[in-house]
Amino acid sequence: MPVKNPYLPELVTIQKIIDETPNIKSYQVVFNDLEKMKNFSFQPGQVGQLSVFGVGESTFVINSSPTRMDYLQFSVMKAGEVTAAIHDLYVGDQIGLRAPLGNWFPYEVMKDKKILFIGGGIGLAPLRTLILFMLDNRANYKNITIIYGARTPPDLCYKDDLKEWESRSDVELVLTVDNEYPGWEKRIGFVPTVLNEVAPSPDDTVAITCGPPIMIKFVLQNLAKLKFRDEDVITTLERRMKCGIGLCGRCNIGSKYVCKDGPVFSLAQLKELPEE
Amino acid sequence: MAQVGYLPKEKEKAFFETLSKNALVYVPCLEGDTVIFRPFSPERTLCFERSANIPPKTIIFPQSETLFSFDYKKNADDPQKTAIKLETNQEYPDVIIFGARPCDAKGFKIFDRVFMDTDTPDTYYKDRREKTVIVTISCESPSAGCFCTAVGGGPADKEGSDAIITELEKGYFIEPVTEKGKAIIKEPFIEDGSPYQKEAVERQKAANDMLKNPFSTDLTKISPSLFNSDEFWEQVVSKCISCGACTYLCPTCYCFNITDEQAVNKGERIRSWDACMFFHYTLEASGHNPRPTKFQRFKNRVGHKFVYYPEKYNGVIACCGCGRCIRYCPVSVDISEIVGYLRGSGIEPLKGPSKDGANAG
Repeated sequence: MPVKNPYLPELVTIQKIIDETPNIKSYQVVFNDLEKMKNFSFQPGQVGQLSVFGVGESTFVINSSPTRMDYLQFSVMKAGEVTAAIHDLYVGDQIGLRAPLGNWFPYEVMKDKKILFIGGGIGLAPLRTLILFMLDNRANYKNITIIYGARTPPDLCYKDDLKEWESRSDVELVLTVDNEYPGWEKRIGFVPTVLNEVAPSPDDTVAITCGPPIMIKFVLQNLAKLKFRDEDVITTLERRMKCGIGLCGRCNIGSKYVCKDGPVFSLAQLKELPEE
Repeated sequence: MAQVGYLPKEKEKAFFETLSKNALVYVPCLEGDTVIFRPFSPERTLCFERSANIPPKTIIFPQSETLFSFDYKKNADDPQKTAIKLETNQEYPDVIIFGARPCDAKGFKIFDRVFMDTDTPDTYYKDRREKTVIVTISCESPSAGCFCTAVGGGPADKEGSDAIITELEKGYFIEPVTEKGKAIIKEPFIEDGSPYQKEAVERQKAANDMLKNPFSTDLTKISPSLFNSDEFWEQVVSKCISCGACTYLCPTCYCFNITDEQAVNKGERIRSWDACMFFHYTLEASGHNPRPTKFQRFKNRVGHKFVYYPEKYNGVIACCGCGRCIRYCPVSVDISEIVGYLRGSGIEPLKGPSKDGANAG
């Protein structure tokens, strides 16, 4: 069998675009080749490279769940050239996709444990895939707590999901925004502070966090104060990526490549890596 | 059938002409003051006396290459609809690289582990590599800055070569290393080389004795306290101007970028060399840069070759000791000196100006 060209994307078509926040849109895509759609599989936490041909490629987590394979969803925050080009696309437009890439959340070892999700802003995207996956396999996990915050209420992603999770009796959802906002009656404060207020017990619990670097920094500090073990704290890293297969060199931290050996790392694994 | 071959010098051109009928034969050619690998033609001036300025990695890993082309095709019946066509072309000719140095050949082995021995091989590199025969010339006279013996190589090291030749007074002694190499000595004009074997071995040994060895090779470990010292890196690298020449001329540097170029409805996705010494290499769209300073980038470059790559590949150092980065550095940064010091040579690298006076960015 000839070796697959790792740089050649598959063509996918945008089926639906959701305005999540003023600068984040979610894109639901399906493979043009329906056979490929049927055979495609991935693990929660794996990423894909989206291509706008003529502009370039960028890496995004597949934030739909492998348990719901009608489409693959990616959320794109407008930040650079590729993301701006994606924001200019319409339903029906075709883009390139290379996926799945990278590693995934170790959900097998999370079985029969309490799960604590801590997310900020677009950082909910990688958590969403795992949350949906766990809700679709609900019996395998104990309490699920989600602490999620954004700068303002309009900056909260996945508002439909949040509504659903809030209404469920088997999920505890804690929402917060940075400052007071007209009509907002829930918590106010930064995510790490709210984590301290909620003060979850580290017993039999795995914490999974993703958000802006500054939030992650303080969340990790506060989890340590709450006596979470490094092995039970999981996060995802971001780096500039090009190849997505551990070759082009730019996303390394020491001998690890975030695109291939990551993006999912436990705090224990991160502490093994050289400081940069 | 002889196990070793011999090519008389007067038949050199005829030999290359014959080889060129079935393959693209790259030979080191003198162009002005520069030695560079070019496809053989009788008009060219061959130069085997010294290591090529630009390593032959360009032949298998071109500075820039098209990964695929894309074409936006408008639907004639419904202008709202556009189809995209992607096309690749990976038809490569058979190639013989004749006259690479052992360090250059070893460089390809360092590439191979990353680009081929993986579950997602780089098909562009792999296809070219598999169609390439590497005939190496053993080094007679090492150039200034060479330090191959310090990284496990040597002037007649066979790693990565399909055949190795040694220049003698009136011809070339040819020793096959792989099956591909054995095919070379079956070519026309190649005589039985066994009468010349003794002379060749003596010459190889003489060259080996001439090499400097800046690392004490018994010290395989890099001092972690020094390696993690920001101050150390700031000082040794303060004179670096981030030009990237060291990476472009390095037979083992493989960092690359992928970009799109488009005109009207058609375009290409292109892979080109990049350099870890550049600020933009790791700059993210958010403005965040995990390696914003020159010394962090330099530390990563040295770290990749002497710590991270060995961690991943059973202790193999990702440096072939060719010395190009030392010879051609415009401000004389000497990696062998720096690594030597990290490994406990006791000889401090030449320090640049202090932090206050340095262009730290």
